Amino acid sequence: MAHRVGMEVSIAISHAVQMCRAEAIAAYPITPQTHIVEHLSSMVANGELDAEFVNVESEHSAISTCIGMSATGARTYTATSSQGLALMNEILYIVSALRLPIVMTVANRALSGPLSIWNDHSDIMGARDIGWIQIFVENGQEAFDHSVMAFKIAENHQVLMPTIINLDGFILSHVVEAMEFPDQELVDKFLPSYHPRFQLDPDNPVTMGAFAMPEVYTEVKMGHQMALTGAYEHILKVWKEWGDLTGRRYQPVEKYRTEGAKILLLTMGCLSEVAEVAVDEMREAGLEVGLLKLRMWRPFPFADLRNAVGSAKLLIVCDRALSLGGAAPPVLAEVRSAFYAMRGRPQTASFVIGLGGRDVTPGDFKNIVAQAQEEAQHKPTQEYHIFGVRG
Amino acid sequence: MIEIRFHGRGGQGAVTSVELLALAAINEGKFAQGFPSFGPERRGAPVLAFCRVDERHIRLRCKIASPDVVVVLDPSLIRIQNPPADLKADGIIVLNTPKTPEEVRREYGFKHTLALVDANRVAREVLGVPIVNTTMMGALIRATGVVKLESLELPLKERFGPLAVKNFNALKTAYEQTVIEERRS
Repeated sequence: MAHRVGMEVSIAISHAVQMCRAEAIAAYPITPQTHIVEHLSSMVANGELDAEFVNVESEHSAISTCIGMSATGARTYTATSSQGLALMNEILYIVSALRLPIVMTVANRALSGPLSIWNDHSDIMGARDIGWIQIFVENGQEAFDHSVMAFKIAENHQVLMPTIINLDGFILSHVVEAMEFPDQELVDKFLPSYHPRFQLDPDNPVTMGAFAMPEVYTEVKMGHQMALTGAYEHILKVWKEWGDLTGRRYQPVEKYRTEGAKILLLTMGCLSEVAEVAVDEMREAGLEVGLLKLRMWRPFPFADLRNAVGSAKLLIVCDRALSLGGAAPPVLAEVRSAFYAMRGRPQTASFVIGLGGRDVTPGDFKNIVAQAQEEAQHKPTQEYHIFGVRG
Repeated sequence: MIEIRFHGRGGQGAVTSVELLALAAINEGKFAQGFPSFGPERRGAPVLAFCRVDERHIRLRCKIASPDVVVVLDPSLIRIQNPPADLKADGIIVLNTPKTPEEVRREYGFKHTLALVDANRVAREVLGVPIVNTTMMGALIRATGVVKLESLELPLKERFGPLAVKNFNALKTAYEQTVIEERRS
């Protein structure tokens, strides 16, 4: 029987990794990811998890070590944040090109400078194009569920793609809250042991990580793109299977009170639930406002997004990162691309919120909707706003 | 939903308090959040910690801006932080002080309902050290009934091991000694 627990979300993730029987972990501690790997390290040291835990001297080494361990056929996990993810950057592309099903938690945090240990999405947006599957979660339960599902998705022989689960640093990672843990038997049945399709084996030598001449590089990249977009249907199958077992169902784009909505907010991560509260309050006040919650960031669910928008006239995209000097913040750029060729596309408005740990309240979302509505009456809102910025 | 904000200093256990309270509420079948004001932790520096308890899943991920209760572990913070500045009109101030309600109202001008306990003395007598977080939880529970006293037994045991009994005794003693005075209009 599943049982209800109260626990810090970071610790719950380490339990999810334990229940998935991860065999190899290499990690370097960085705020706010630290509690996850600290706890896993204790589990391994105490004999509660039969895994190799490799302490390394940097995140570059952490992910490089993970490559080696995963290549031998071990179920491999790591976690990082912010500068740590940035330091991994050159290796991240190699993981996905090698099609190694490493699972990584990113406790999302701002990038320096100025130095900030607090939450936003600039770390993962800097790693947007690394060719991994990238998922966002909203609460502790989702963080647990998606940590388990990530291994099953990544290791599917039709997928074989590393997977990142993004959870907001501190405002989600460090909160003690209620979750439901499944039984070990359920997880074992859902996630059998990992059988690699290819592995490093001295008795059967293979080459991994070869270079590519100009004659084949383009084709390899095309293959990577096809594999990542092709992962979509397998991700949905895994989510459905988990939903059938637990009753908790997940979609690439989730709709909240979108019936008859003229205005839609679009959010990612745990601020989506804050936006839900705002939508409830606005609905009570008679405003036809709904919410789209973007769960699947890579591969980007273009069709789901177009379908989810329905007959809404105004789509307000909330980003938690900037693209300095660029045309639009990262989520808005994707969303506008998704709609550009669509007849009767909604007008978009864009707000950058919650940078570097700036608190975001339901009242902020209500103010954003009011401001977007006001501007939409005068002219198409082309520019984006950094919400609440002073000076 | 009840929203509680702890005001303490680094090392006084404000964060531990909200975590234990959240666990106690969750063990009662409720939903709860316990979280610190995130940042570099420094011993002695003013810190905030937050606890929400509700009958349903809590969707807020922001700080508590308009609390139902403020718990002040260290009275020297009153002048620095003015904890009740954004407290709801019918909110409660739970304060660690040896003073009477009359003296507290005169000194700080508080209008809200007061729940007062000399937590330093209780902690010294029962725990042997002036660490007041578990003691102040006793006063909070007396003032609000946010969780049952016994619901804290298991979380205390899991957190403090052999020291849990002493902490639970401190909590019970504070619960019994807390003086409550309704708000003045």
